[in-house]
Amino acid sequence: MMKTLLSAVALLASSLAMAAGPSIPLDKAPIDLTDKVSLQNGARLFQNYCLGCHQMQYQRYSRTFADLDIPQELGMEHLMFTGEKVGDHITNSMSAKDGETWFGATPPDLTNVARVRGPDWLYTYLRTFYTDDTRPFGVNNKVFPMVGMPHVLQELQGVPSRTYETRLVDGQPKEVYVGIQTDGTGELSTDEYDAAIADLVNYLEYVGEPTKLEAHALGYKVMIFLLIFFVLAYLLKKEYWKDVH
Amino acid sequence: MFKNLMSWIEYRLPFMDKMNLHVIQYPAPKNFNFWYFFGSLAMVVLVNQIITGVWLTMNYEPSAEGAFASVEYIMRDVDYGWLLRYMHSTGASAFFVVVYLHMLRGMMYGSYQKPRELLWVFGMLIFLVLMAEAFMGYLLPWGQMSFWGAQVIIGIFGTIPFIGEDLTLWIRGDYVISGATLNRFFALHVIALPLVLVILVFLHIMALHEVGSNNPDGIDIKKDNDGTVELTEADKKFTFHQYFTRGGKKIIVDAIPFHPYYTVKDLVGLAGFLLIFAWVIFFLPEGGGYFLEPPNFEPANPLKTPDHIAPVWYFTPFYAILRAVPHPFMGAVAMFAAIIALALLPWLDRGKVRSVRYRCGLHRINLIMFCVSFVALGVLGVLPATGLYTLLAQIFSFTYFGFFALLFFYSKNEKTKPLPERVT
Repeated sequence: MMKTLLSAVALLASSLAMAAGPSIPLDKAPIDLTDKVSLQNGARLFQNYCLGCHQMQYQRYSRTFADLDIPQELGMEHLMFTGEKVGDHITNSMSAKDGETWFGATPPDLTNVARVRGPDWLYTYLRTFYTDDTRPFGVNNKVFPMVGMPHVLQELQGVPSRTYETRLVDGQPKEVYVGIQTDGTGELSTDEYDAAIADLVNYLEYVGEPTKLEAHALGYKVMIFLLIFFVLAYLLKKEYWKDVH
Repeated sequence: MFKNLMSWIEYRLPFMDKMNLHVIQYPAPKNFNFWYFFGSLAMVVLVNQIITGVWLTMNYEPSAEGAFASVEYIMRDVDYGWLLRYMHSTGASAFFVVVYLHMLRGMMYGSYQKPRELLWVFGMLIFLVLMAEAFMGYLLPWGQMSFWGAQVIIGIFGTIPFIGEDLTLWIRGDYVISGATLNRFFALHVIALPLVLVILVFLHIMALHEVGSNNPDGIDIKKDNDGTVELTEADKKFTFHQYFTRGGKKIIVDAIPFHPYYTVKDLVGLAGFLLIFAWVIFFLPEGGGYFLEPPNFEPANPLKTPDHIAPVWYFTPFYAILRAVPHPFMGAVAMFAAIIALALLPWLDRGKVRSVRYRCGLHRINLIMFCVSFVALGVLGVLPATGLYTLLAQIFSFTYFGFFALLFFYSKNEKTKPLPERVT
């Protein structure tokens, strides 16, 4: 009976995997929450490029500093710009209404964005802006078509455009999108830009669930305890049930 | 001194006598298998939900303005708040896992048949209240899925002719889901429904102990004391509360006292369960997006409908039945009928043999088909209702109800296997 059930679940779960997703395949974000240098760089990028429009209204500066091993004085000097207190939430002064007027939609809060979209989505999204003169800010995005957000990281990446390759599709030569290329005017090379985005996404992933490492550390202890408990409980049961068998 | 105190209390409140009656001298069949863990596990999860719930309430703010932020506050600023919240959110899913398996056990071994009909009905009432409790609890984080999921489910009541509109207004307390809805759901979730739940669980157990536990063989362990039953050495080893022998009119065979034998055995089950439960809490708290859905990490936004609204996994079998029927109100009727049919099992099953072990081959196939339908509907309820999926949902809804229809007919004159005299 169990076997029949399990095979039925497996069969249907495989069809579940084909559920709708984004239009292009997502690149895997190289997430490493133990890499403090990467997280610190991510925090720096967020404070400098994102915070103008996007808040992290549920995360406190002090939390970021403590978890990322950033000394408080250094953090206050380099990552806090408008005289907040270290216990404050990471917010900006742009009103939701202004945001909507300027960008067509209020820029979303990014505290939980990695949990809403997933890190792979973010990693791909931030690397697939391309020049499109029909859009208000001159850029469009492969993962989030018609997005209202300008390409704020253009000074790092350079001016990105789509590249195509001629491939045979059903026997007909066809132009197929293969990726994004920049004109090289950015401060970073393509590899450096990818690494910077990885750091930023790593930081967003951390902020989405700042307790994750703590949970894992505690989790292993709990699992070990439960394994021992399981063995002891089993032996206890065996001992008592000698009377029955 | 202590002994005097105990007897003083015992005279006024027979605590030890009740302990003997329900735990220490309660005769439980000795052949309980894996499937019998889930009753005690359901109780453990209930206690987990109540305790973590109480602590969550200490920092949760039931208002449309503050709810989402207060959950994030619990997750980030409250010491071990994340653990309490994950224990509670994972506990909700675990509750349904163990309850579904507990119900399946009852169906496999005919635990709903005479004389356990009322026991089964109490169980079904617990299931209904549990669904209401889970539904209202899911609104409280005030995320996108909380809001839109509630919108869909309250909308089901809106399909009722004539009174539907007014009924949804009455449930919401507003023209849309709002802070008023959140507040009343909070009150019901933390006070009213848990109280009802605990009372129903108490009644469920009282009803169980009155008629006694069924077992995988589905045969009685309390025989008439008419001199035909021979006690084995093992049977003479244990004493049971005199209540169960009905003053010598009944004779109990193949039973063991619940405590210590099943308390230690349930401890093993508990450890096994906790291993999985803790693994999810610490390493997969989102349950792959099924226990905590990704859109729910965004605050509720009445102006922005998510691309795809799916209820939490434990509602999806019934949700799939709802969507399988083209007419909205008839869909709602079908959905409630799916639950009512389960509650009516003791009367739909006209068989005299309880356990699937000794029933006809058709029953075994029918039961497997029911399980497959239920799981398939659960999967389909998560997926968008498009052509092929809708067709599949219709087929599996048909086989879901087909289980009950078939059972009603073949159980009347069923060709069963011979029952053993004693449990195996």
